Amino acid sequence: MSVLFEVKNLSVRFGDNRIIDKLSFKVKEEDNFIILGPNGAGKSVLLKTLLGFIPYQGEIVWHKKPKLGYLPQGLTQMRVKDFPLTVQDFFALKYKSVSIDEVVHFLELVGLDKSILQQRAGHLSGGQFQRMLIAWILISHPNVVFFDEPTTGIDIGGGETIHSLLHTIQLKEKITIILVTHDLSVVYKYSSNVLCLSKKKHICSGPPKEILTPKMLENVFGEEIKFHHHH
Amino acid sequence: MSNIFSQQLILSLISGVFISGIAGYLGTLMLSKKMSIVAGPLAHLSFPGVAIAIIFGFNIYLGVFPFVLIGAFLIWLLEEKTKLPVENLAAIIFAAGIGTAFLFLPIDQAEAALVGSIGTITLLETIIVIIISLLIFLVIKVLYKRMMLINVDEDLATIEGVNVKKYNLIYLLSIATVVALGVYLVGGLITAALIAIPAASSKNISNTMQAYKVWAVIFGIISTIAGIVIANYFKLPIGPMVIIVEVVVFLVSIIYRSLVQYK
Repeated sequence: MSVLFEVKNLSVRFGDNRIIDKLSFKVKEEDNFIILGPNGAGKSVLLKTLLGFIPYQGEIVWHKKPKLGYLPQGLTQMRVKDFPLTVQDFFALKYKSVSIDEVVHFLELVGLDKSILQQRAGHLSGGQFQRMLIAWILISHPNVVFFDEPTTGIDIGGGETIHSLLHTIQLKEKITIILVTHDLSVVYKYSSNVLCLSKKKHICSGPPKEILTPKMLENVFGEEIKFHHHH
Repeated sequence: MSNIFSQQLILSLISGVFISGIAGYLGTLMLSKKMSIVAGPLAHLSFPGVAIAIIFGFNIYLGVFPFVLIGAFLIWLLEEKTKLPVENLAAIIFAAGIGTAFLFLPIDQAEAALVGSIGTITLLETIIVIIISLLIFLVIKVLYKRMMLINVDEDLATIEGVNVKKYNLIYLLSIATVVALGVYLVGGLITAALIAIPAASSKNISNTMQAYKVWAVIFGIISTIAGIVIANYFKLPIGPMVIIVEVVVFLVSIIYRSLVQYK
């Protein structure tokens, strides 16, 4: 697959603090690209910088103009708990209007029944809300989607479902996924390429099998980690 | 007993309905912390605006409009440039506004500023109120879903294609305009309540966006009609009475919500 975008010597600073320091990597089309690292390593900052929210030094070169999708960190049903918004109302907020049939189609794609349309968005479970958001993002037919910690606040079983869902959708819709997580279990199973960031700015990148050695993980996460493959 | 349907009363009712209707509608957009807090200082800016008009001797509403519009723009600018938390900006502006107003405002002329003057609104003023209300209604209606998306999440809205900066400014200018209108009805101190309370009541009883908007407007309007009629009958100031009725409606909505939840 050809290169979708390249990052060259990217640096991001907040005051004197170098959050990202001369980072370079490439993302290929249809990658399932994971940005892995402990909290505070700058993963979210990197994501937001790639999306254009944060000023930077260095270069971000897109080889193809992307149609972007973005699932921000921390956008859970708790945020909209008090909003008198049904799921249907939520989809009505799309920039370009979408028909009910399209909404139902995408809800089914993420495993939600159309009866959910009349439920309050804020009263869904964490897993349901995430899936609804994924449908909401996909309904615009993006070709590159950025996910920032999409399984925070969801139990392990639910999180596994989200990731396998994303994998299935990716194969089907031929989209590139860039996903930030600190959850290791995801990485080995679905990713095609991993970028690890750590607070000590130690980075590594490449396919998961090459990257995910105990030594490497220790460097990234700062403590001894044992990793078991389950199949 | 005088005829309770005098022409003045009708003018007050008509203009009151339009003002409270548009205030209720706009209030439904104050769901996120940021969007609600940012409206507070604007409402408080109406007070020094009125004071300045009184001091310099021109019509109160001529004083208020430019003042709150410029205030809205400055708040928007400050927020963009300084990235200070909006709560701090709100507190500073509130203190500065009330402080300077009370420094210079001649107390004996303060009544209109404090409790509104819809009881003496003229036909011309009523027509102006109606036109401005309808204009603002159209603006908000067209922009509603974008502004609601900003309430949900600004970054999500940005990637979706919403120009968040632009809509924040339009939102603030709309509030400024509605605040200036609200000064007629409830005076300069509690205009924020006129915007916020009906929407808050509606939130307690609504489960869809459509119901939420409709009930906010209805609550605003019936509170105003009741407030004006009651105040007129008992010869009490209209502005505070409208707010009291709105609070009563709010309390009823809370009781309703707790009853429904325990079914």
